[in-house]
Amino acid sequence: MVEHADIRVVHRGGSIINFRQPVVTNDSRFLLCASGECVKVFSTSTEECIHNLQGHTDLVTGVLLRPSNHLQVYSCSADGTVRLWDFTDGILIKTYVIGYPICSLYASAKHEGVIFIITPKLTDKRSELFQLVAVHLPQSGDQLVETRELSAVLSNVSSKPAATAFGQGGEYLASVKGLQMEVYFFRKEKSYTFSLKEDNKKGGRNTFTCVACHPKDDCIATGHEDGKIRLWRNFNHKKEYTYSTLHWHHSAVSSLCFTPEGTNLLSGGVESVLVQWRYNQESQRDFLPRLGAAITHIAVSPDGALFCTSHSDNKISIIQSCVKVSAVIQGLVKGESVKTDLIVDPRSKALVLNGKPGHLQFYSLHRDKLLYNLDIVQQEYIHELGLDQFEVVKAAFDASGSCLATVEERQQKGAELEINLKLWAFDEQTQSFVLNTTISTPHDARITAMCFRHDADCQTTMLVSTSQDGHFKAWQLAAAAHTEEEGPSWSCDFVGAYHSLVPKCCCFSADGSLLAVSFQEVVTVWSPASWELLTTLSQPPGAIRDLCFGRLSCSKYLLGTTDSSLLCCWNLLTCSLEWSTSMDVSLLLSDPLSENMVAFCCESGCTDLFVFKPSEPRPLFSQKAVCSGRVTHAVFAPREEMLESCEESSQWLNRSQLYFLTQHMDLMTFITKVEEDRLMASSKQLVIDDSVAMTPFYLLLGKHRQEQQEDQDAVSSQSSERAPLPHSSVAIKELLQTPAHVLPSTTFLCSMFLQSLLIPVTDNREEKKHAEEEMESEKEEEDSSEEEMESSASRPEQASGSGLAAELAAPTLTKAQSRELRRLKKVDHSWLSELLDS
Amino acid sequence: MGEFTVHRVRFFDYMPSAIRAVAFNPRTERLAVARADGAVEVFNFNDNYFQEKVIPGQDGRAVEALCWVGRRLFGAGLNGVITEYDLENLRPRYTVEAYGGPIWTISCNSQGTHLAVGCEDGTVKMFEILQERIQFQKNLDRMKGRIISLSWHPSGARIAAGMMDMIRIFDVESGAATHRLLVERGMGVSRSTEVVVWGVVFLSDSTIISGDSAGKVQIWDGSTGTLVKTHLVTKWDVLALSVSQDESSVIAGTSEGTVVQFQFISATVGQQDKDWVRTRTFKNHSHDVRALAHTDTAVVSGGMDTQLVVRPLLDKVEKNTQESALRKIAFPHRSLVCCAKKAGLLLFQFSDHLELWRLGESDGQGTPGDSLPVKRKPEKVMELKRRGEDHICCSALSPCGGWLSYSTVSSVRLYRLQHDNNNISINKMSKLPKELRSVHQLCFSSDSSKLFASSSQSSVVVVALSQLECKYLHTLKHKSGSRQPVHLLSPSEDGKWLATANTDCEIHVYNLHKMKLHCTVPVYGSCPTAIAIHPTTSHLISVHADQQIFEFSLLQKEYTEWSRKLQKQGLHPLWLQRDTPVTHVTFNPANPEHIILHDTFMFCIIDQSLPLPETKTVLYNQLTLRSLPVAERIRQSHAFKICKSFQHLLCVSLMEDRSLVVVERPLLDIMAQLPAPVRQKKFAT
Repeated sequence: MVEHADIRVVHRGGSIINFRQPVVTNDSRFLLCASGECVKVFSTSTEECIHNLQGHTDLVTGVLLRPSNHLQVYSCSADGTVRLWDFTDGILIKTYVIGYPICSLYASAKHEGVIFIITPKLTDKRSELFQLVAVHLPQSGDQLVETRELSAVLSNVSSKPAATAFGQGGEYLASVKGLQMEVYFFRKEKSYTFSLKEDNKKGGRNTFTCVACHPKDDCIATGHEDGKIRLWRNFNHKKEYTYSTLHWHHSAVSSLCFTPEGTNLLSGGVESVLVQWRYNQESQRDFLPRLGAAITHIAVSPDGALFCTSHSDNKISIIQSCVKVSAVIQGLVKGESVKTDLIVDPRSKALVLNGKPGHLQFYSLHRDKLLYNLDIVQQEYIHELGLDQFEVVKAAFDASGSCLATVEERQQKGAELEINLKLWAFDEQTQSFVLNTTISTPHDARITAMCFRHDADCQTTMLVSTSQDGHFKAWQLAAAAHTEEEGPSWSCDFVGAYHSLVPKCCCFSADGSLLAVSFQEVVTVWSPASWELLTTLSQPPGAIRDLCFGRLSCSKYLLGTTDSSLLCCWNLLTCSLEWSTSMDVSLLLSDPLSENMVAFCCESGCTDLFVFKPSEPRPLFSQKAVCSGRVTHAVFAPREEMLESCEESSQWLNRSQLYFLTQHMDLMTFITKVEEDRLMASSKQLVIDDSVAMTPFYLLLGKHRQEQQEDQDAVSSQSSERAPLPHSSVAIKELLQTPAHVLPSTTFLCSMFLQSLLIPVTDNREEKKHAEEEMESEKEEEDSSEEEMESSASRPEQASGSGLAAELAAPTLTKAQSRELRRLKKVDHSWLSELLDS
Repeated sequence: MGEFTVHRVRFFDYMPSAIRAVAFNPRTERLAVARADGAVEVFNFNDNYFQEKVIPGQDGRAVEALCWVGRRLFGAGLNGVITEYDLENLRPRYTVEAYGGPIWTISCNSQGTHLAVGCEDGTVKMFEILQERIQFQKNLDRMKGRIISLSWHPSGARIAAGMMDMIRIFDVESGAATHRLLVERGMGVSRSTEVVVWGVVFLSDSTIISGDSAGKVQIWDGSTGTLVKTHLVTKWDVLALSVSQDESSVIAGTSEGTVVQFQFISATVGQQDKDWVRTRTFKNHSHDVRALAHTDTAVVSGGMDTQLVVRPLLDKVEKNTQESALRKIAFPHRSLVCCAKKAGLLLFQFSDHLELWRLGESDGQGTPGDSLPVKRKPEKVMELKRRGEDHICCSALSPCGGWLSYSTVSSVRLYRLQHDNNNISINKMSKLPKELRSVHQLCFSSDSSKLFASSSQSSVVVVALSQLECKYLHTLKHKSGSRQPVHLLSPSEDGKWLATANTDCEIHVYNLHKMKLHCTVPVYGSCPTAIAIHPTTSHLISVHADQQIFEFSLLQKEYTEWSRKLQKQGLHPLWLQRDTPVTHVTFNPANPEHIILHDTFMFCIIDQSLPLPETKTVLYNQLTLRSLPVAERIRQSHAFKICKSFQHLLCVSLMEDRSLVVVERPLLDIMAQLPAPVRQKKFAT
């Protein structure tokens, strides 16, 4: 087994954006949020991700605008560094090395050059105790700065960022933990502690959950476990402090935030209602209900115009003046568990899994964006803890993506299990799934597996479901007999059982002629045409855990994994065991586009990956310790375009990409070196596009540069050197897929676009690497030209004169342009028809 | 602990009446409480909130407002009459007709010279307070609409009056209205109805705070007559307002049963300009909070749900002390039940009638904890309606069941009961001696031959009873000079002694054979709540409002050894933390070392032969003791054997046949009889 260095496991798409409180920039144009190991910059108006501020090597645990410069942002991470970024350009300015993992980050205007971080106490290795530390940031020109001046402010604080807040721009700070609140006055260097009783007789749970300080008055708002909000006043007295209580939330208050003027207090919790309390008029409050999921964080823009709420379903809502949700930034919804497996919608190529409660989400992996949610349960979800509500537990698509089967169930205490099997048909007109048939209680017990018959030429679609009640049922779409206006609906075609054993999984062969159903240790193979039991295969001991037919050239093989750590491969022609090997396979998966199979094996707390063909004894690819914990959900997502990798070890990634969910619900994938390079290149280009502000001067500059380039072209033998990319269609696509708001104006783009179209005529194809180099040089060129501009600011006539003239005299063509046009006429336009056909 | 057959009596339908007004006297630390039936009670906040005095009510005299002037207490009600109460004889001293229709409010200026009353006809009437009387002085300018609430400016020069839809500020000297503050009506449906300013408070910085029926607490600038701030506190009415003495805190009582506190605090640290900010909310009532008092350390509230609640402000008291505990006073601190030990009869005292019940009987045998089958059900033998307008203030039933007596403020009635088989006939004794005219407490001797009645100036009238007549024997007097009423009478079993206790905390013991004072027990600082003389040893047991217990030997005229030991060791902290006084002490004839006493939430048998509990020992250990083996049980048991299986006790008494009568009045039953509270949207209903 060789370690393949060129294939890496990476986070790609579906990252968490609700981990920490988002930050809205001063001009309310950008929203920054911590997302995994990077900070994402979103546009508040278009919801698009503009940059990823990458650089941290561990989880980013806090984002904070620099109080002294509103164009810079601090981010802290568990890797022990605080980094300062320019978020408009996405440039790392400084890295402060603290040396201890950081849980959260605070700063205030009154403390210049000081930031406050929460780190685990060093004395305690188990790090249950946290302390608030003031860090004096050294004034140094270096990019990497070691900080030495640390001083502890408060010991024994909560590690949650919401549990600490600065009041009155840094006069004091309030920190809550458990049943205690500590208020520390910086000027007096004195702290006061206030504690509450554990719970009162009326069943209130008084534990603090979050804290917020009024920006002007001495008032601290604290949220509590039982949904109360307390407003503390007079807290500079040990004894004569006082508080008032506001109560609307029925469950814990998860976030509190004062508006910048201090006129309103915002609170949110599991009710998914944003509550706006008038400060000093607390009986008046406004609600913004139906935000979709529990609110985890609330942030307000510095001008108070925008509110941002993070939600537990990995979503950030941007709310305009507490009345309207103006934008929703939706990440991949990840609950505590994915009940449905990861599925790929064959039609849209989107990843499908449990989304919002009672919904299926369709998530485009390619664009890293949620496409839509499909309401499966079609019942109002009640936002309250401890309620048993319907959940989608199974979903399956047929081969063409025109049929969707879902299973929802609800188990109430002391009541019978309620199961509904719903079958959906894709409606071409509305471009969504429409409910066709609802079968309530399709089985008497929980459904364990469900699969469609993947058969193109067969007229009827067939669904097989297996259940713990010992039966498997085949469902068929058939026209209703008695009424004509109703379309075809689903009905039960066959009920199968085998020696009253419990079926666990089922699988259709690729051509749909065979159905394999596993009954504990026995695999039964049925013919769906006649419902005849063809043969049984068995390899005791151990119940069958997964079943999989081979594909394409390996379709004669049936693979199965057992509880007793055995991977078996049966030959269906001989009905005998072809081979078996001992490994604890937690998940077996076949690539629908090739004969490759993937097995995730759990060994000593880690998961290993094997890619193999059933017919070949040697694995194509293997990687040890892909991630920690068991992998139980994975999927092959077909690529939009095939990768042409010639390396043997990465060939299996050519047609489809393998995504899997780790124990901690992180969506990971495998990426090859080539692909990575390409992505890096495109992201860089995006940065360049965005980094220069869209001023008339810039346009002028662009013209000037274009002019320069054209001159260069003229000199260097007809644009042979300039070829941006070998596949011009890729360039176009990238251009088209770039969000519109980050693009330069169309007038500027037009000529560039046309130029890019002109390339295919020149035959000399360059290698990719060359192209990248070219791009690098281009960038440098830009920089240098900018410098030039600056230096020549005193005499702008010559530098920009020609460009200006060109713009003013638009109808009268310059010589170069007319030559270009002339050449355009001669160009072979066959590429255009190609483009249209494809 | 001993085993008893228990009569668990739950047929005493005692119903306290709603609290209408409270007035706190900070100088004497006394709280006067007026109830809807016209009764006025006085609680001593210095002495563990003990209910010292009860002035019974009268039909048609509902007290709407109370006011202390020095040590004098004035009340006024919707009958249009101002009453001054005689706190020594527990009766109204005199009444003055105000001639302005029903009186809604009464208020005294801080100098104590004038009394202002607000009347239905819209006049504010000024009365001058004289030494013995009050004298009408003048009317302030008459307005249309009734005067609901009044508040004097501390200077005494101005007065604010809450009316319908407005507040008026009067200049007292000229009687002219200087400002007229219009109060906004409620939203929605209530817009068409007038808003009632239920409470108004005039602070020394000319700020006026008002509470009204639209649920608002409003803060006004009294010098300019402008509205400063409105706090919407409730959807219903704000019924009462009270301000602390230092004017830093105001509380408002609402129809929802909540009390909302407002505090005068500065917005930022170190700044001088302060603001009224709504802070805490207390919810201790299920119904309207009609009456509020703000003491220095606590919020005292009362209302429709008949309970008086003392909620300490935790920023003003030491934490985790007795002072910081919430107090709810639901039952009177005196006995309303009288038990004829020999006859098996119970007498229940209501304000307007008496009920005589015969206890049920059972012949079943059972193990402890079982409920026995009832052979004969308890039956109501008789219901005796009182005569006249005055409410019953005390009653007594002789131990043999042959005599019954009750008293109102104006008269005493004595009845002879005759039992033949199951029938009872009742004869009123006429020609009572004229000394029996106004009494506070009645008591029969154990052989039913004498009637003791506490009369004015702490004296006790002794009347001899025979079949045909009753004869005045003697008036027992002491020489301490106290004029306070006697509230406890306890004759000894052998008829030799009579112990009396008055609200000056004095206990006097009289020798009934010689008809003269035998001795006076050294005065302890807390008022006795129950006294009893031991039948065999002639020791006097006294239990005080601060939960202390003393045993005084009448023969030696000194505290007994046990009492000294108890005082030296100190009572258990948990015993001292109980918040209801012991109201009854009896003895177990079977075991002379047993003292039986009870308060509202427990009854206790003190076994004087057992060691006293240490501070660290578990006081309430009866349940754990039961599960221990015998040897261990003896080692762990201590003198205080407490039973909590009966709650809300009004009486525990030992009958002649060694069965225990336990009269319970569950608070839930009282709650169930109250009118429905205002409708509130409860979450998840």
